[in-house]
Amino acid sequence: MTTAVVERGPGASLASPGRGRRKIKNGVATTVITLCFLVALVPLVWLLWTVISRGWHVIVKSSWWTGTERGIGYRDPGGGAYHAIIGTLEQVALCTVISVPIGLLVGVYLVEYGRGALSRVTSFMVDILTGIPSIVAALFIYAVFITTLHGQRAAWLVSLALVMLMLPVIVRTTEEMLKLVPNELREASYALGVRKWKTILRVVMPTAFSGLITGIVLGIARVAGETAPLLILVGYASGLNTNLFSGFQGSLPGMINDQFTNLGSGNKAYGLDANGNRVLIHNYAPDRLWGTALTLVIIVMALNLIARLVGRFNKVAN
Amino acid sequence: MTDPTSTGATGPRLTVNKDEPPLSPPSIAGESVVPRGAGGDSLGDDPTAPPIDRPASAVVGSAQPLGVSTLEKSPVLGAGSVAAGGKKQFADRIFAGLASGASGFVIILVALVAVFLVIKAVPALGDDKVNFLTSRDWDVAGHRFGIVDLLWVTVIISILAMAIAVPISIGIALFITHYAPRRLARPVAYVIDLLAAIPSIVYGIWGIIVLAPKLEPVQRALYHLSGIPIFKNKGYTTGTIFDGGVVLAIMILPIVTAISRDVFERTPRTNIEAAWALGATKWEMVRMAVLPYGRPGVISGAMLGLGRALGETIALYLILSKPSAGPFSFSIFYGGETFASKIANNAQEFSTPTQTGAYIAAGLVLFVLTFVVNAAARWIVNRRREFS
Repeated sequence: MTTAVVERGPGASLASPGRGRRKIKNGVATTVITLCFLVALVPLVWLLWTVISRGWHVIVKSSWWTGTERGIGYRDPGGGAYHAIIGTLEQVALCTVISVPIGLLVGVYLVEYGRGALSRVTSFMVDILTGIPSIVAALFIYAVFITTLHGQRAAWLVSLALVMLMLPVIVRTTEEMLKLVPNELREASYALGVRKWKTILRVVMPTAFSGLITGIVLGIARVAGETAPLLILVGYASGLNTNLFSGFQGSLPGMINDQFTNLGSGNKAYGLDANGNRVLIHNYAPDRLWGTALTLVIIVMALNLIARLVGRFNKVAN
Repeated sequence: MTDPTSTGATGPRLTVNKDEPPLSPPSIAGESVVPRGAGGDSLGDDPTAPPIDRPASAVVGSAQPLGVSTLEKSPVLGAGSVAAGGKKQFADRIFAGLASGASGFVIILVALVAVFLVIKAVPALGDDKVNFLTSRDWDVAGHRFGIVDLLWVTVIISILAMAIAVPISIGIALFITHYAPRRLARPVAYVIDLLAAIPSIVYGIWGIIVLAPKLEPVQRALYHLSGIPIFKNKGYTTGTIFDGGVVLAIMILPIVTAISRDVFERTPRTNIEAAWALGATKWEMVRMAVLPYGRPGVISGAMLGLGRALGETIALYLILSKPSAGPFSFSIFYGGETFASKIANNAQEFSTPTQTGAYIAAGLVLFVLTFVVNAAARWIVNRRREFS
């Protein structure tokens, strides 16, 4: 591992008694540890293979990206995910617009201003926010906007619940990235008489820029596949609804859930034929199910990849 | 960690300077000349250029010689610059105010979550006809709700997930930090992180449609141990707590691995070399140096994973089958509902305040559970940080 590693020779004190047994133990440990990694690979490869092999032929059709499910029954062929993609994009966009300024400011506060009690409490609360289950975030929004303010279930409430999940991701990454900016840069700026706010906005944040983008993109990836708030705060619409503030709206996780809950047993849909025998009747709903799953996985994976690539350009890479 | 000596102290010092009488040479130099000159603006245009590249004269000038030149000019300039300085201080205050305001928002937000859940849960608990904490009943229409079953399933499924995920995560973390070839370590870590990127609803449909049927033989094999209550055959083949626990284990694997990896990487070089010097084999080195050093990190990683497992909603909502009411069973080969999946299952039935309140009360218990587990995990991490 390092140059300084002392070769463990047979003359070393521990080596004399039971050397064979120790060697075997060492071999077993190495095997088990390597196996652990291989075991973890199994579900990843298996899951990705399932989603890709069952979903790709659905998403390669152009109608998948332009059509909706309006007027298409659960067992009917065809249909697209356009309405769901638009819904997910809108919900995530509203969530991002709210989360980014707050998240960046909190990160800036913790690194550039934070001292004393407020900073410690903020840091603790961000940790708590990280751990809040999405269903609890959704219940909170429900308790405030629907039971207290008597609002209607709508997609923008989902965005608000997602804000609570996205905020801690952005705050934590911003904090990490700003800490990496060398203090010499700040000092040089102050020495030139530049104000603190301008130093932060024009020196510190641009230096950490790609790191901040990474945090934002990871935040988006974190919430794009979130389903629990959808169940509580908005209904699923199979047609296109671009209005976040009224009516039900489709979304990719919502579409997966909708397909699944109407799937019947497993991925095989059974029905009764004319003679009353149980037969496999259709396979279309499962097709759309895996097509939606693949679409969602592609979007989330792409976001993660973008975050990683942007991170490569980080000027203050650790 | 911030370094308060530079970020904190430098700003206020400039502020103080500005308030001094305009005739004091260093303050005029620091405040009025330099920010308006080449130094201040060009800095804003290209903030990333190393500070050394600044014209030496500007840096030196801010100290003294420029101060003299300012004095030679008319005092009007000095007066004007003080006004500009006042505006800048205003901007400074606004920005600081925005930043602390955002922090205050986060604090209030978390406090509001607790407050609102309590406010909405308490009246419903008052209407509860059975004991909330000790009853198994859950019939919100009849105003009877007790959480014993939910608590049991939530806890046992999380423990099951931890029992599977934690040892494997430790193995993976050791593999990445001490066993894998250097070139491989990074891609391997990335692949494990990919597991965290997959949305939980995809885990859910994969878990119930693809994985659960394949786990059935394992479950049948474990029936041989049915003398132990948790392995009792309850006639459920898929959609069991066992299936859910396995999927949860896969979902928390990346979290536990990431944090264990972090601490294993930071094992002091000297400890490792001391082990080598004693003639330890690699495994003995790991046991003597790496594992003891990393124990608090692994524990906190496991608890963060536990926090995630307790609150996981949608995967378990899709996987777990709901058994009809029957006698309580310890078996993991049985359906059930966790706090989160119960709430999700009944999201369409939030009709009266009492019914909604019952589910919010369940959510409150979940919030408290995850709060305690996460706070404990952070406490362990932070305590460790103070030592190192």
